[in-house]
Amino acid sequence: MSGETRTEPFKVIGTRVVKLDALEKVTGAVRYLPDLEAPGMAWGKILRTPVPHARIRRIDTRKAEALPGVLGVITGYNVEQAPFGYAKDHLALKRDVVRCIRDEVAAVAAETEEIAAEACRLVEVEYEELPAVFDPVAALAPDAPRIHPQFPGNLVNFSYKFEAGNVERAFREADVVVEGTYRLNYVTTACLGTMAAIAAWDPRGNLTMWSTTQIPFLYQRELADALGTTGDRIRVIQPPVGGNFGRGLDLYPVDIIAALLARHVQRPVKIVFDRDEEFLASPTREPCSFTLRTAARADGILLGRDARVLIDNGAYVSWGSTTPYVMLTTVVGFYRCPNVRFDSTIVYTNNVYSGSMRGYGNLESTFAIEAQMDDLAETLGLDRLAIRKQNANRPGDVTPQGLRITSCALEECFDAVARDIRKPIGREPRPGWKRGIGYAGMFHVGGGARVYRSDGCGAIVKLDDFGKVSLITGASEIGQGSETVLAMIVAEELGIPFERVGVVNDDTAVKPWDVGVHASRTTFIAGNAALLAARDVKGQLLTLAAREIEEPVEELDCEDGFVFVRRVPQRRIAYEKVVRAGHFREGGRILIGQAFYDPPTQMLDKEFRGNVSVTYAFAAQAALVEVEEATGRIEVLRVASAHDVGRALNPVGCEGQIEGGIHMGLGYALTEELKLDRGRVLNGGFLDYKLLTAADMPEILITLIETVDEAGPFGAKGLGESGTIPISAAVANAVKDAVGVRMTELPMTPERVWRALRRSSPDR
Amino acid sequence: MPERYPLDLLVNGRHVRREVPGSRTLLQLLREDLRLTGTNLACDTGDCGACTVLVDGRPYTACLVLALDVEGREVTTIEGLAGRWHAQSGARPPELHPVQQGFLEEGGAQCGFCTAGMVMAAAGLLEATPSPTEAEIRAGLEGNLCRCTGYTKIVTGVALAAERMQAALAARGVRQ
Repeated sequence: MSGETRTEPFKVIGTRVVKLDALEKVTGAVRYLPDLEAPGMAWGKILRTPVPHARIRRIDTRKAEALPGVLGVITGYNVEQAPFGYAKDHLALKRDVVRCIRDEVAAVAAETEEIAAEACRLVEVEYEELPAVFDPVAALAPDAPRIHPQFPGNLVNFSYKFEAGNVERAFREADVVVEGTYRLNYVTTACLGTMAAIAAWDPRGNLTMWSTTQIPFLYQRELADALGTTGDRIRVIQPPVGGNFGRGLDLYPVDIIAALLARHVQRPVKIVFDRDEEFLASPTREPCSFTLRTAARADGILLGRDARVLIDNGAYVSWGSTTPYVMLTTVVGFYRCPNVRFDSTIVYTNNVYSGSMRGYGNLESTFAIEAQMDDLAETLGLDRLAIRKQNANRPGDVTPQGLRITSCALEECFDAVARDIRKPIGREPRPGWKRGIGYAGMFHVGGGARVYRSDGCGAIVKLDDFGKVSLITGASEIGQGSETVLAMIVAEELGIPFERVGVVNDDTAVKPWDVGVHASRTTFIAGNAALLAARDVKGQLLTLAAREIEEPVEELDCEDGFVFVRRVPQRRIAYEKVVRAGHFREGGRILIGQAFYDPPTQMLDKEFRGNVSVTYAFAAQAALVEVEEATGRIEVLRVASAHDVGRALNPVGCEGQIEGGIHMGLGYALTEELKLDRGRVLNGGFLDYKLLTAADMPEILITLIETVDEAGPFGAKGLGESGTIPISAAVANAVKDAVGVRMTELPMTPERVWRALRRSSPDR
Repeated sequence: MPERYPLDLLVNGRHVRREVPGSRTLLQLLREDLRLTGTNLACDTGDCGACTVLVDGRPYTACLVLALDVEGREVTTIEGLAGRWHAQSGARPPELHPVQQGFLEEGGAQCGFCTAGMVMAAAGLLEATPSPTEAEIRAGLEGNLCRCTGYTKIVTGVALAAERMQAALAARGVRQ
């Protein structure tokens, strides 16, 4: 970022502040979407198909409509709707054919939630079951059931094919080649707050949506298209949300159905998923089979990589189908590797369809790459850390895709976790348990990600005559603490106490444009926008103050809420007095700064080349585990996590993102798997889909490394996904170190580990 | 219409009288009838702890408790927790319960959806075990899921609260 920015010592940046929404959250005063009611509001419920692939022969809604308290029933046959989704391959309310167990066939609006649920049970649907396919390999067979008539071979119409250097020669000339196929299964965001929507139409045909989305402006456009209206008629309000982690990156049928029901019954309609429905109908991470080969010289230098990934897309295409973008970037760019090839096959099946989830393809690639870094070290007799540092990305590198590495402390990250993971733990392994240490690193976008035409965010900073500073930002708060760090940036830049900054970020009728929360972009992108807007309004403030204080503007600055004269700091004036002077004197003015920050980056071209992010984030993790050989149980005793964060603007927030990311990544490694059997979800509840509890979590030792990136707001880079990405690979490598087996499938349940142990040594 | 039964109880120190169907859960009573929306519904099967409240000082998941089963009992929700602390310690508004303050200072809330239940479970834990070890805190919160924080700052927040509660009660001569 160019221009003069405040430098150290900082007043606000780097301090441990209380999160802006913390008081509301610890006192129960916060109002989530399920807590809201609109006057005259009705409740909506969705009826889904009980069979994963079928023709709808008949729907009879008469009994449901006759139930007292029912206001209306809609199906794909009595409402107007347009196809929607990333590939425009489905309708919110299905017509003719259902393709997965999630498919919506009818919806009811009623006076209460219970009546709506009862009415759903009274809707009669006659299905003619069709042959179904649940395995992506089987779906590719020539005689496999066709999921969408317009997509022959069940192939999703996106290809992510990349090649650089000479891969064939690299593998021919290599001293060593390691290879493996890794199975990464279904996991889901499992947010504590479920998906929800309230839709309300006004008499002019304008729609207000209260939504759990994290892409309010793209949502506005897509919802308008699906409803046959225009974006200017849709206002999106984002109440506090009980987690998202990528869940809110698409428009979903629930949003469209809430709006259709509200239009049908001429009342506001609220739909809140219950927990079963959340597990069934909220997006999952893309499950895949990841085949990787790595070629290296005898001294450990990487020569080539060749990756093929097969993705089970499920029945419809969402933004999640673009995860190979990220898989590809990691395969091509993580560690220096000159000759690389990546190919993906994305297949329609009758399984539930995937979406976006924190880390977005990077966990999968990193799991494969880091397994093979260890395998290479073992084959070559090299140290596991040395081979990583030897091949580490460094400042000034350009990856074969054209990603420009600027600040980069990957080697320092490995040094930090190597130090922390070996600190004494205070007890010996229990009898029957073996101890091991594993390492993994990661590389991710850290300065936005241009996956859309714009990667921009707008910001407005308004000063009022009581001294209140309002940051109106396009960025969305999804619990991650974006509003807190953005307020810190504004307070620091303006020279005004943090407590006086408030943030408005929940209403598309008020806030300026933003792409949405994804790609760990908010601190960097929205932070730069907030910084520029603060600088803009500060210039206006000082100009106005120059008149009041009768000094040239160049002589003035603002600190602790006072505009002062640099050479005589005791000559000062409270900034709100300056604002009031603007409001109440003749020839007045208001103080509003604004900025739009869209980073200087490129979208990937047709060959998947381009620098998509201004800067990149790096991290390393180490896991200390014990494995019980008799049972295959893994206990993670400690995780060390070191992150090149550029600058830790809000250390509490940084730690919180990393700790939470480790929790999610450890669940991916150890316990979490959404089990599907013939397309049906078997474990749709917290009893059977196992999130780690407080008692399950290891000690976590964090190191924040500040490289002070020249493009970041006060030097910061993105961090939101980093903690999640390498940990499953680090745990798998620790298991290998402990008991000598290479785990190639997640989660590493005791059964899978036990079977792997038996395979490696049948008499064990 | 289902038959309704009279119900008397104390909620956050106030006497409440309602007629409720036998199937009404405590969580429905709190959220829908009394509009105490600070207690969140997240699973409705007792698996996540988000709806934890105190009944006579002990933590319960309100989604699994029938409203009629708390007849004559004292229910404390997140909205009444500070008041409970004021009664115990002599502290005054706007002082928070030390567990709330600990979460606030340590950064124990991110999305916050688990926070009310987590705070109530921790407050209940500290009423039963005033000086828990870290392992006891973690075991005591095992029934409460959090998807955001990895629990680290929740645990440190509770440990901080335990120390402060002990000090505050000792200063007032309250024996535990």
